Amino acid sequence: MIQYLFFALSALTIISALYVVFSRNPMHSVLSLIVCFFTVAGHYILLNAQFLAIVHIIVYAGAIMVLFLFTVMLLNLNRETEPHKTNWVKIAAVIAAGMLFLTLIASLKMAGLGTYSLPHKSNIGFIQDIGVKLFTDFMLPFEISTILFMSAMIGAVLLAKKEK
Amino acid sequence: MQSLTNRSKIVQKRDLTFMEKLYLPAILGGMVITIKHLFRKKVTNKYPDTVREFTPVYRGVHVLKRDEQGRENCTACGLCAVTCPAEAITMTAAERKPGEENLYREEKYAAVYEINMLRCIFCGLCEDACPKDAIYLTDRLIDAKYHRSNFIYGKDKLVEKTDERVDVSKRKKVYTLS
Amino acid sequence: MDLSILIEKSVLVVILFSVSLAVAAYSTYAERKIAAFLQDRYGPDRAGPWGLLQPLADGGKMFFKEEIIPNASDKFLFILGPCIFMTTALMTSAAIPWGKSLHLFGRDISLQVANLNIGILYIFAIVSIGVYGIMIGGWASNNKFALLGAIRASSQMISYELAMGMAIIALLLTSNSLSIRDIVDQQAGFHWNVFYQPLGFIIFLVCAFAECNRTPFDLPETETELVGGYHTEYSSMKLGLYLFAEYTNMFISSAVISCLYFGGYHFPFIDSLNLPQNVAAIISVFVLFAKVCFFIFFFMWIRWTLPRFRYDQLMRLGWQMLLPLAIVNVLITGAWLTYFK
Repeated sequence: MIQYLFFALSALTIISALYVVFSRNPMHSVLSLIVCFFTVAGHYILLNAQFLAIVHIIVYAGAIMVLFLFTVMLLNLNRETEPHKTNWVKIAAVIAAGMLFLTLIASLKMAGLGTYSLPHKSNIGFIQDIGVKLFTDFMLPFEISTILFMSAMIGAVLLAKKEK
Repeated sequence: MQSLTNRSKIVQKRDLTFMEKLYLPAILGGMVITIKHLFRKKVTNKYPDTVREFTPVYRGVHVLKRDEQGRENCTACGLCAVTCPAEAITMTAAERKPGEENLYREEKYAAVYEINMLRCIFCGLCEDACPKDAIYLTDRLIDAKYHRSNFIYGKDKLVEKTDERVDVSKRKKVYTLS
Repeated sequence: MDLSILIEKSVLVVILFSVSLAVAAYSTYAERKIAAFLQDRYGPDRAGPWGLLQPLADGGKMFFKEEIIPNASDKFLFILGPCIFMTTALMTSAAIPWGKSLHLFGRDISLQVANLNIGILYIFAIVSIGVYGIMIGGWASNNKFALLGAIRASSQMISYELAMGMAIIALLLTSNSLSIRDIVDQQAGFHWNVFYQPLGFIIFLVCAFAECNRTPFDLPETETELVGGYHTEYSSMKLGLYLFAEYTNMFISSAVISCLYFGGYHFPFIDSLNLPQNVAAIISVFVLFAKVCFFIFFFMWIRWTLPRFRYDQLMRLGWQMLLPLAIVNVLITGAWLTYFK
């Protein structure tokens, strides 16, 4: 049962991710990206990481994508206003994407195809364990990331404030 | 400008105090007001079930009165038509034939008496002008019709039926010489 | 998976859905009735005794109305919008404990579809998705008013979710659990959270109003400025779904408020009566229901008392008042827990 769910979710993830890239309508791209996030959250749940799944939905699907959608809706992009790219940009894009592809293939080759068991009984994804881990083993990165967010917030406030 | 009454209040714009800025007391006050209305008497009436009463001075469709013996009061003197500011009233007079004494009170009567209800402004001057107690305005309403011609009310609609008298006692004015 | 659990849960889900829909339907009736009473009127009283069949009449009207899909709209998204809004509105009820467990057929039946250990976060996630229903519907209509309504809805939702989350964090500090059933059980016997978290409760309440798009925060659909806001172009049952989902949202948020701050299905004197399990369970359901009904009434009471905010006032309230207040509340709660516990 869980295997079938996994396959269905994976197929949905890949299809929606591809649609994000291939859709001509930016609105549809954003919406299929949201679908993609949901299926990824489904994968988290299959891995018994409920907290991670929900936070993924709240933060990405619930907040960030709303802002994306907001911007796309306001800009009202369509085929006529699509900016025309110069050849240099296209070549740079192809090179960058090719390098990313290479990295992906390399990492997949290193990983190798093996079997793994789903961690059903472990409490890896539960909130208590994550909390404990964050405040013991990963204390420093956690605090540093809070400082990063703080500076981002201050920057945003600074930009938003009117100049007197 | 000097105020003639002492009711005017000078309004000043001032900063709100802290309690006012909280808005919560004001919101609670408003909520108390609305909840009080929940228990008040309702001002609307359930129309087809309960009909609102007309005031005694309401001026609706006219009636041409008969006296106690069922004879028409109107003598077609034309005072109502003359006084009518909207010129809504027309009539044709006729002479009473022998044997019609039980139909008309006096020797002259209105053979045709028409009021155009589209012209009438229901001012009630015809009622005041009538020397014979013949015309009164009642608390009845005009029915809606599709054609303008249907709004010209003839004697068939105006004269009260002998078997269903219209009570106009509330509108009868008592004049005293001063 | 155990078959009996499957049956038990599906029966529970069906009951929950039908109850939510029935409550939403009668909320429309209650709204009109309460509005009328607060304005010294009678309200709808023609369909059935005291107008009790009014929701059926309204629903029938909605179904038989002509269904119009604008030519210039994005048809798929136009239909998807109300579906998402309604689905998310109904989904939230799964994590709410509706009563103590029943004992039937030799087994304990929990009156909660899923006792998630992250129940509150689940509700938050679903609520944050609900805004897509409005946004997609508003955008797909291809109408300026609808788009403005959608934009207002989304920015309002995002702004108030923050303060709401902060208010909840203060609550979670005291409860030490994200499971709603745990939080409810901690409040047994008059230890209602509202007495320990009054500030948090007020912030949560205001945010709940904003999340439900209720007056004074009904800017997404302001009839006087935006025609109908995001549902301007909608007609027939799709409009019905939007309106219905709003009332379902109100029902669910009332349930969440009563669970988090007002002891859920606990009532101080009834708990100490030592009733048999099944009787206690049924009474507990009614206790919760009574609390929910009170909050639904409260929602309507506020609606017919307060005027609508201006948009800048709304944003200022959300970001400059509620959010700092909520953070202060978290700090106070943290300090209290560190030094006095």
